[in-house]
Amino acid sequence: MAFKGTIEIDTQKCKGCAVCIENCPAKCIRLSKSVNSKGYRYAELANDGCVGCASCATVCPDSVITVYRVKI
Amino acid sequence: MAEKILMKGNEAIAFSAIRNGVDGYFGYPITPQSEVMETLMKEKPWETTGMVVLQAESELSSINMVYGGASCGKKVMTSSSSPGISLMCEGISYIAGAELPCVIVDVMRGGPGLGTIQPSQSDYFQTVKGGGHGDYHSIVIAPASAQDMYDFVDWGFELAFKYRTPVIVLADGIIGQLMEKVELHPMKPRRTAEEILRDAPWATTGKTPGRDRNVITSLSLDANTQEEFNRKLLAKYKAIEANEVKYAEYLTDDAEYVFVAFGCSSRICEAAVDILREEGIKAGLIRPITLYPFPEKEISRLAGQAKSMMSIELSLGQMVEDVRLAANGQCPVGFYGRQGGNIYTPEEIVEEFKKFNKLS
Amino acid sequence: MENLDIKRPENIVYRKPALLTDNIMHYCPGCSHGTVHKLIAEVIEEMGIQDQTVGISPVGCSVFAYNYIDIDWQEAAHGRAPALATATKRLCPEKYVFTYQGDGDLASIGTAEIIHACSRGENIVVIFINNGIYGMTGGQMAPTTLLGMKTSTTPYGRDPKLNGFPLKITEMLAALDGTAYITRQSVHTAAAARKAKNAIRKGFEYSAKNIGLSFIEIVSTCNSGWKLSPVEANKWMEEHMFAKYPVGDIKDVLK
Repeated sequence: MAFKGTIEIDTQKCKGCAVCIENCPAKCIRLSKSVNSKGYRYAELANDGCVGCASCATVCPDSVITVYRVKI
Repeated sequence: MAEKILMKGNEAIAFSAIRNGVDGYFGYPITPQSEVMETLMKEKPWETTGMVVLQAESELSSINMVYGGASCGKKVMTSSSSPGISLMCEGISYIAGAELPCVIVDVMRGGPGLGTIQPSQSDYFQTVKGGGHGDYHSIVIAPASAQDMYDFVDWGFELAFKYRTPVIVLADGIIGQLMEKVELHPMKPRRTAEEILRDAPWATTGKTPGRDRNVITSLSLDANTQEEFNRKLLAKYKAIEANEVKYAEYLTDDAEYVFVAFGCSSRICEAAVDILREEGIKAGLIRPITLYPFPEKEISRLAGQAKSMMSIELSLGQMVEDVRLAANGQCPVGFYGRQGGNIYTPEEIVEEFKKFNKLS
Repeated sequence: MENLDIKRPENIVYRKPALLTDNIMHYCPGCSHGTVHKLIAEVIEEMGIQDQTVGISPVGCSVFAYNYIDIDWQEAAHGRAPALATATKRLCPEKYVFTYQGDGDLASIGTAEIIHACSRGENIVVIFINNGIYGMTGGQMAPTTLLGMKTSTTPYGRDPKLNGFPLKITEMLAALDGTAYITRQSVHTAAAARKAKNAIRKGFEYSAKNIGLSFIEIVSTCNSGWKLSPVEANKWMEEHMFAKYPVGDIKDVLK
C-alpha cells in the first residue's frame, strides 16, 4: 500500500525553525524565499514527495502544520 | 446550650478549623504554635469532615500548598510563628497578587532571627505593613483570648472570601498557650463542589465547555496592565478600610488618658486601667481588633479628647507609629514595651504611664 | 505541487490539537516547549479529561504555559509548583494534576518541593524540561548545565571547581519510594516525540491509579541560550546532553 500526502502550513504562525525540514523523511519541505509578517521565512512544500507521514507536524513546536493523507 | 471546653488558644484554632468547614490545613512545626497541627492530627478530621491535614517540608511549601488549595476555591489555612512567617512572606505576596482567600495564623515569638520562643508582638510591621514584596495588604486581625482564636478562624475566612485576600490572625505566644474555656458554636459543613462553583467561579475547578479557562496568576509583563491591577487592589483596600474596621473600647467615654494595645497586651492594659481608675485617674483603653484596617478614625477621635495616649506593645514600638499618625499631633503619644519574650505587669504599665505623664 | 484533491477534512491525519489555543507562542523558533505543550494537549484531549485537569506552571520561559493549553491553570512562585500540585490533588483527588517545570525551577530553587512531593508519593505528574540553561533570564548556568558548557554566568565554560557538577536530579528522584514512574525523553524527532507522548500519557494514567508520582524529564534545547540554530541545537543535544542525560525509562513500579 502506498500513500500520498500533503501539508498545509499556517505561514503567518510559522517561525521558520526548520526542525520540520530536518525531520521530513521525504525531503519535501523547504524554507520560503519570502518572509511572513513577523519577518520569518516559513516552511513550504518543496516538491510532491509528501506521503503524509506527519513527522514534520509532530515535531513542529508551533503546531502550524496540518497533514492530509490518502491511500493510492 | 453551647458546649464549653477548656483548651489552649492553639487548640482552639485547630478545633475551629474542623468545626467551621475548613477544607485543608498545611503547616510546619514551630514553637509556640505546634499544638495547632498536633491537635488536627490527633483529631483526624479527614475521617469526619473530610478536611485535609498535611505536614509540609517547610513553611515555604506550606504557604504554597495554601496557594494551590486556595486556587481550587477551597477554604485552606496554615499557622506558624514569626521566623516561619518570614519564610511564608513570598507566598503571601503571591496570594495577594493572585487575589486568593486564605487564613494564616501567626503565633508571634521574640525576634529578630531565631529569637526566643516566648511571646512577642514584634511582627506588627511584618504582617500589617506587608512582609512580602509589592503593593499589597493582608487583613490582620488580632485575637486576645482562646475564644477569639476560635472565633477568628471563621471570621477570617469570611473576610478572606469576601475580598479574595489573605487574612492573618496575629496572635502571640501567650494567646496560643493560655488555657481558657472556649464556647464551641454549632458545626458548619464544608462547602460542597456546587457551592464552590457558585461562590468561587474563578477557581481552578476544571475547565468546562461553558466557560473560559481559569488562570490563577500574579504575573503581568505589561506595565499598564499591572498598574490597572494595582489600582484594583487599592480599591479593594479602600473598601476594606471603609467597612471592616473593628475595635473594642474600655472606659474611654470620659478618658483623659488612653492606652492603645492589641492582643494579650490589651488584657494587661485593661488591668492597668482598673488600677488607675481606683486611684481616680481617668484612664481608658482602645484595643484595635483589626490591625489592618487600622481604627484610625477612632484613635484620632480619642486623641482629640485625651491629654495623652500610650501604645503598649511587646516590641520596641511598632504599632505606635500608626497611633502617632492617627493622633496626628492632637496629643502626646508615648510608648512602653518589653521585648525578648518578657511580659509587663499591669503595675509596671501604671508606673511607666505615670513617668510618661509626670503624674507620680 | 500542492494536491488540492487531498486537502479535504476527511483526509486530515494530523493537526493542531483543539486543546491548544490559537495564541502565538512566545517561545523562540524551534523551542522544545512548544512541542511538549502540544503533546500534553494531545494527551489531555485524547483522554477526554480537559474538565478534570489542573496544570501548574512554573517561573521561567514556560510561565505562560497557561496561555497555550486550554485548561485551568495555577501559576506558581519559582520552584513551588509541586507544593501547589500537592494541595490541589489532595483537596481534589478526582482531578488530574500536573506541574510543568524547567531545570532552574525544579532542580535549583525548587529542590525541596520536588523531593518531598516525590517522597510523599503525591499522585501527580511532573513534566521536567531540562535544557541545561536558564532561558527567560538570558542564558545563565542551570543546575543541569554540562561541564564545559558556556552560559552567561559560566562564560569560560562550567568548571566543577568553580560551579559544581551537573545535577542528575531524575536519577535522584527515582531512588525515592514515593515515585511510581520515572522516565527521560526528548522531542527532537518524530519518533522521540511519539515516545515522549506515550510517557506523558502513562504518567497521567498512573496518577489516577494512586500509586505515586510520575516524573517525565524531557531533555530539551534552548537554541537561543545555546547560541545555535534550532537544527544545530538538536544535534548538539544528541551529541552532548544525551551522554549525561540518557533517554529511556528509569523506573516503573508496574513493570
